[in-house]
Amino acid sequence: MTKFTQRNGLSRRTLLKGAASTAIAAGSTTLGAPMLWAQNIKDVTLRQFGTGVSNLNDVATKVQEDLGFTLEMTALDTDSVTQRAATQPNSFDIADIEYFIAKKVWGAGNLQAMDTTKIDNYDKIAGTFRSGLLTPESTIAQGTAPHTVGFTSGPNGTDFVQEESGWMTLIPTIYNADTLGIRPDLIGRPISNWSELLNPEFKGKASILDISSIGIMDMAMVVESMGEYTYPDKGNMTKEEIDLTIGIFTEAKKNGQFRAFWKSFDESVNLMASGEVVIQSMWSPAITAVKSQGIPCVYQPLEEGYRSWGGGLGISAALSGLELDAAYEYINWYLSGWVGGYLMRQGYYSAVPETSKEFMSADEWGFWYEGKAAEGDILSPTGDKLAGAGEVRDGGSFLERMGSVVCWNSVMDENQYMVRKWNEFIAA
Amino acid sequence: MVSPLAAVLLIFLVLPIVLIVIVSFWRATEFSIIPAFEFDNYAFLFGSPVTYTVFFNTFKYAVITWACTLLIGFTVAYYLAFHIRTLTWQIALFLLCTIPFWTSNIIRMISWIPFLGRNGIANSTLMSWGVIEEPIEWLLFSDFAVILAFVHLYTLFMVVPIFNTMMRIDKSLIEAARDAGANGAQILWNVIIPLTKPGIMIGTIFVVTLVMGDFITVRFMSGSQSANVGRLISNDIALLQYPSASATAIVLLLTVLITIGILLRFVDIRKEL
Repeated sequence: MTKFTQRNGLSRRTLLKGAASTAIAAGSTTLGAPMLWAQNIKDVTLRQFGTGVSNLNDVATKVQEDLGFTLEMTALDTDSVTQRAATQPNSFDIADIEYFIAKKVWGAGNLQAMDTTKIDNYDKIAGTFRSGLLTPESTIAQGTAPHTVGFTSGPNGTDFVQEESGWMTLIPTIYNADTLGIRPDLIGRPISNWSELLNPEFKGKASILDISSIGIMDMAMVVESMGEYTYPDKGNMTKEEIDLTIGIFTEAKKNGQFRAFWKSFDESVNLMASGEVVIQSMWSPAITAVKSQGIPCVYQPLEEGYRSWGGGLGISAALSGLELDAAYEYINWYLSGWVGGYLMRQGYYSAVPETSKEFMSADEWGFWYEGKAAEGDILSPTGDKLAGAGEVRDGGSFLERMGSVVCWNSVMDENQYMVRKWNEFIAA
Repeated sequence: MVSPLAAVLLIFLVLPIVLIVIVSFWRATEFSIIPAFEFDNYAFLFGSPVTYTVFFNTFKYAVITWACTLLIGFTVAYYLAFHIRTLTWQIALFLLCTIPFWTSNIIRMISWIPFLGRNGIANSTLMSWGVIEEPIEWLLFSDFAVILAFVHLYTLFMVVPIFNTMMRIDKSLIEAARDAGANGAQILWNVIIPLTKPGIMIGTIFVVTLVMGDFITVRFMSGSQSANVGRLISNDIALLQYPSASATAIVLLLTVLITIGILLRFVDIRKEL
């Protein structure tokens, strides 16, 4: 309850202040619309939560610097993020979530649709998030592709529409193509298929992530690669297909194939860096983190292609008035390049690549986006050396990597059943 | 007027449990729970072979941990109570036992991971001594690791009540037994153990309930590979399946209550205290 009174008190105070600042704002119109709020927006605090990948303190610091208001960040694991978005609408203002989570929680009505006309860089957002097409010739991968849950019918829509309706559920910020991470020094031979995850050669040295919506897709990639079964649609399995997929992995688990399962990003880093695991599902910055400890680790491109995911920012349904304006301003700032550049230097792709380019050196852009050989040292945003001159990114350029995506993280029609089966797999 | 204690118990103990019972009959979708009265959650729970394995696992952890903590706890308490002569030293050594408890549970648990790992301190030491050729895999992410962590975390809960009851044993009883010709083992078996029973029982209840309700130790020390009932519940909650989690919680609660009920048949704690 105290939270509410505090928030009301805050807006009352800011309202009074607002009257005083209108005069100042009137005189400063030449500085652009955002300045209108410059005086009272300082009192705004936006509470953002999301997974560890993009909830970075550096972003909060930069927001304070550039926009003047406070951004409070909470980093949680994927399941907790879903849980919070669905059940605690009053605990956040900005939700930094993945598209498959949006599919789960949008119906709950805790997020509000966003007006794309208020998004300055809307036209520059990558095609993947709008029409679903990376290039005009691309085919759309299986699973919950972002554009299928990216738009809703109107300001109060609780449905998803397939065309660009002008109302977005999430404003896309980040995406990537995921694959298996390996320790080349401990494996000592080339790895080129997903099926290697269940290769008995790596008995007791493999791991898979314990997040059902993502894990099931990694499993499907492995099952197809083993030649056990070809799914009509990996992103929407039938009960029989779920049984088959999880059955194969349960057997492998009982045979001692896995060393551990991981749930949060840092667990995967520790497993890999300590050598407990030599091949596992992994996320791009985890590879970066292992490498920056001086341990060889490769984000191995595989013949069958990548499993992809996308994330974006959603606004709480409870947000209105000044805070809503601040949220839009924050999102516009987010897409204006600084964050994009930061994320790209971690190995992700920014949803608005054009603006991010301005915040990266030509060498960095060439290395991360175009797949060119580095000319000098490539540093992480925190200053650790990730690659030296002459090295190229695992998997090559943006188009090579995102062009080889065969499925997206998914929520299936049979999700409830899948979740129960997943729970059994973990407990088996 | 309800007495304050009854009111507190009603609001903070009875009411939440009643709520859990009610929710256990509800239905869940992806993002919402729907009030209903159906037995689906229980049907799924009792219909899945995994449930039985997991309950078996939970009991297995509880029994093995209990046996280890009892052995260690009793020995430590016995040493403190009967071999240390001065009260000052007894208190000093007792406090020494509590030092590990100055850090958090999770830190004490996680610090085992680098020690037990494939390239951890234990394995590299054993290899440098030439005891083993290859690293021992089952040290970490195994049932061994889980039980080791449990014993480490919960032995003190056994030491404290046993030490407490031992301190209250009248020393003249032991002298009388000795005068009557009993040897050390006979004194231990016929005098000390019967008189320490209430302490053992209290320690047992602590350890058994703590182990049966735990989920985080099992998750970290088994590398998410083993499961007990607590993990089943926490997985359900993470996946927003509150009704199913509630049903599991109710079954666990009943199981623990029955276990404690059986334990209390052996010793009447109230009488002994």
